Amino acid sequence: MAAAATSRVQLFRRRLQAGDEAAHLLTLLFGVSILLITVLLVWELWVNSALPRQKFGLGFLFGRVWDPVAEQFGALPFIYGTVVTSAVALLIAVPFGLGAAIFLAELAPARISSALTFVVELLAAVPSVIFGLLGVFILVPFLRTTVQPALQSTLGYLPIFRGPVLGVGLLAAGVVLAIMIVPFIVSISREALLAVPAEQREAALALGATRWEATRQVVVPYARLGIFGSVLLALARALGETMAVTMVIGNDPRISASLLAPGYSIAAVIANEFTEASSEMHVQALIELGLVLFLLTILLNGVARLLILGMGRQGGRP
Amino acid sequence: MKTRFILRKAINALMLGLTGLCALVTVSVLFFILGYLLWNGGRALDWNFFTKLPSPPGETGGGMANAIAGSAKLILISVLVGLPVGFMAGVYVAEFSGKTMAFFVRYTTDLLNGVPSIVIGIFVYAIAVLPVKHFSVLAGGLALSLILIPVVVRTTEEFLRSVPGPLREGALALGARHWQAVATVIVPAAARGILTGAILGAARVAGETAPLLFTSFNNRYWSPGLGEPSASLPVMIFTYAIAPYDDWHRQAWAAGLVLLGLVLAANIATRWILSKGLSAQR
Repeated sequence: MAAAATSRVQLFRRRLQAGDEAAHLLTLLFGVSILLITVLLVWELWVNSALPRQKFGLGFLFGRVWDPVAEQFGALPFIYGTVVTSAVALLIAVPFGLGAAIFLAELAPARISSALTFVVELLAAVPSVIFGLLGVFILVPFLRTTVQPALQSTLGYLPIFRGPVLGVGLLAAGVVLAIMIVPFIVSISREALLAVPAEQREAALALGATRWEATRQVVVPYARLGIFGSVLLALARALGETMAVTMVIGNDPRISASLLAPGYSIAAVIANEFTEASSEMHVQALIELGLVLFLLTILLNGVARLLILGMGRQGGRP
Repeated sequence: MKTRFILRKAINALMLGLTGLCALVTVSVLFFILGYLLWNGGRALDWNFFTKLPSPPGETGGGMANAIAGSAKLILISVLVGLPVGFMAGVYVAEFSGKTMAFFVRYTTDLLNGVPSIVIGIFVYAIAVLPVKHFSVLAGGLALSLILIPVVVRTTEEFLRSVPGPLREGALALGARHWQAVATVIVPAAARGILTGAILGAARVAGETAPLLFTSFNNRYWSPGLGEPSASLPVMIFTYAIAPYDDWHRQAWAAGLVLLGLVLAANIATRWILSKGLSAQR
């Protein structure tokens, strides 16, 4: 036992002197530092939100009043705004993104497909504050003067399209988010579709399916794990997106059924109030909102990554 | 039977046409964005923008010289901190770690990559602003480096793994130790790819706004050294766009054009570097 231990120590020292173990330990240090940073991040969010956690408990998540002056903090309006804008974004972005991905993976010639995919990747690189800029000066006026009056005159009887036409609001935020997350859906779904073995497609075509039928009934179901993963990743992006949403959502912590009404999102309230928060409780309530957002996105990201990993291992048998 | 066949063909053509339309719309969004920025920003861009300090609220004129310098400083700090950490961690995952540790580091890196940037801002506020009680360009740079690290880790790992096996075996066969092979053969062979990863990461953090709001904050004047709050292009775009002054809107467009130009140029440059690298290898 002791002899084995000494020989292991000797072996270690020999390898250390040769440099391999030293290099291993040096790089290990940096690898572990990433784990530590992530753990520290969670720890800091947890510790620095102790006050509101103790005062409100789980009620923080369901409180409808956000009043910094009265030190009354409920997160529900922000959670509602975040969820609704993300849902609107997915409703718009998933069909478009999936359609574009099918075109790029199944139909377009290789050269055109790679050129267009590059353009989509460039779109993903556009900073969010630029989307916000265009949202404020181009999209919001367009919604106010054209889209929203049209929606009201045709579908105005639905509660989601009631109320005054302002331009800014949940709908505007949802549309901006949709544009921002489409590139993620397109590029990851395209890869999932390209990973489907050619035999699957050819078998369907050989059975007499049209191109579309082969795509819809064979290729897309085969790639569904990867596509679902791309949607979850896009959703995680949408939930955490800050600047563009802050600039167009209207910043009003009220829960209203209408998509035309102004709202507020978790990320937006943090961005707007953090530097102006004067009381300790207010700052910590905002940090707790950050914690909620963090946990939500981590959960979605974790599941999405596992799905995409699963896609790499096997095509996902229907 | 015949009509059913025609119907199927029609649906086929219709749906495939629709997917093409989706692709067209998605791609054209980028050109819309570029067009609007070139039109609105191009008109607003002048020499003052690059040389003057911001004017007081409500007054016209002035520029964003301090924000440009601030952004440059923030990016420099984030690269100086993030690139070594990300690179070494990438080398660890690709070359030195066991399977379990590689999975953990990779998975954590992906999680870190998915953390909303505003939450990164809160985190850095808690560790670098609260203790010293004032905003600083250093805190902003740190926040950006946390966003840069995952990008660098993943590209470093990816490109190290794509180094051809014979190259590695050749080095080992000549008697090099593992670390010598990594340092003198494998990393240099992947250097081009790692460089593009760094550029892409820098381009990504150049546009980040949310983590700067309460780390480097904003500043109407120059920000000497590392301990002062500093202006930056993205935060200036945000501040100017939501302010009620027309001249500030004009300058926000100009800043948007400059920022987007930088980001897109960096992305296109990396594509070019990579394609040159591929043709050189052939």
